[in-house]
Amino acid sequence: MSQKPHLLVHDTADNVGVVVVEGLSAGTDMLCVVTHDNSDFRLTAKADIPIGHKVALKDLTEGDTVIKYGEDIGRMVGPAETGGHVHTHNCKTKRW
Amino acid sequence: MSVTAWRRENGRVGVRNHVIILPVDDISNAACEAVANNVKGTMALPHAYGRLQFGEDLDLHFRTMIGTGANPNVAAVVVIGIEPEWTKVIADGIRETGKPVAEFSIEQNGDFETIRAASWKAKEFVHWATELPKEECALTELWVSTKCGESDTTTGLSSCPTVGNMYDKLIPEGLYGVFGETSEITGAEHICEKRAATPEAAEKFMKIFQAYQDDVIFAHQTNDLSDSQPTKGNILGGLTTIEEKALGNLEKIGRECTYIDALGPAEAPEKGAGLYFMDTSSAAAECVTLMAAAGYVIHTFPTGQGNVVGNPIVPVIKISGNPRTLRTMSEHIDVDVTGVLTREMTIDQAGDALIEMIRRTANGRATAAEALGHREFVMTKLYRSA
Repeated sequence: MSQKPHLLVHDTADNVGVVVVEGLSAGTDMLCVVTHDNSDFRLTAKADIPIGHKVALKDLTEGDTVIKYGEDIGRMVGPAETGGHVHTHNCKTKRW
Repeated sequence: MSVTAWRRENGRVGVRNHVIILPVDDISNAACEAVANNVKGTMALPHAYGRLQFGEDLDLHFRTMIGTGANPNVAAVVVIGIEPEWTKVIADGIRETGKPVAEFSIEQNGDFETIRAASWKAKEFVHWATELPKEECALTELWVSTKCGESDTTTGLSSCPTVGNMYDKLIPEGLYGVFGETSEITGAEHICEKRAATPEAAEKFMKIFQAYQDDVIFAHQTNDLSDSQPTKGNILGGLTTIEEKALGNLEKIGRECTYIDALGPAEAPEKGAGLYFMDTSSAAAECVTLMAAAGYVIHTFPTGQGNVVGNPIVPVIKISGNPRTLRTMSEHIDVDVTGVLTREMTIDQAGDALIEMIRRTANGRATAAEALGHREFVMTKLYRSA
């Protein structure tokens, strides 16, 4: 692949992806790659998001289940728009 | 693929040739450290416990002590305890491997006399061990453990699947593997249960998992644990929930491997070659110490944010795919898999790079943790002493 991805997504069923570059700023037109099948798409980052942190691939609202690795990793406790930051401020475990 | 290593009296293959000075209990640490200071080429393994323990907790203490001395990376052992009886239990346990063991107790001798006598024996062991020849052994004769630390989202994408790829390639060839971290499988226990080779192994895993949830988590829970699992370091690295952390953690067992048994902490595998689950804490030093005590001779350690742990007797190979960690703390990393994130390296290539580093480490290359003097030896304690 000639261009390095900004965002990696584990599975086609996922609704979040992971930023894999440092210093990603709001407005970046991100190259996103799904590691499972090597398919790619583009998405605009809506915030400055640190490396390793998650980006919503679609509009998520409170109560939505967050899917990563094709699996349930928790629920939204606040909203995130497409391209927005998903982390502890808007996502929580369903355990404990 | 072969390596040059030491074949011990019991047939097991070791990749290091340590002479260790092993304290039975906390109050024997000083004598052990004095002996190790007197005799170069030996190493004391100080720790915090060994007095007034009982029941299952004492069994685990003995198993960890005996297993550490019995590990094939250890050529010979000097055991020092405050009194002779528990000292003998540990020395006799190590003796079953056939390796040289000498024991000393401090009561009625004092530190000076104990250190004098133990130093003479330690010096004799060093002369003997340093003349032991290495021989050619199959790489798959090694027992290779894994546990990840300071995980982030890059570990689930790169360094953990690198270890999984290594296991997928080497376990079918006869390697012994082990993974653990009971608490950090929370959220992925249904997946872990399905990866058992037999219904018995699955049932044993689920029993261990449920006991941990009931006896540790729920018994002591004061909040929703979101401040502890994931850890603050995990959260900085982008991990949000325990489920997300668990799914990344389990990438270490690859795509094909199934585990053939679920072991208690520090319990040696007894069902032949293959992958095992071990009931361990998720704290790095405790977990690596337990796996070393079970007989594993090389540890593979994926890290995202940069855990620096080592072990006194087992080389710990660090693997990271986080470019920021490679930029800021590369002195701790042995295998750089950042290319997986940039799509310039496949998981298959990363797995091969790890296998090559296992081969070089077995042949004598010091790991980053060894070069930096990381010798964290931490006993697991199950409950308060008597």
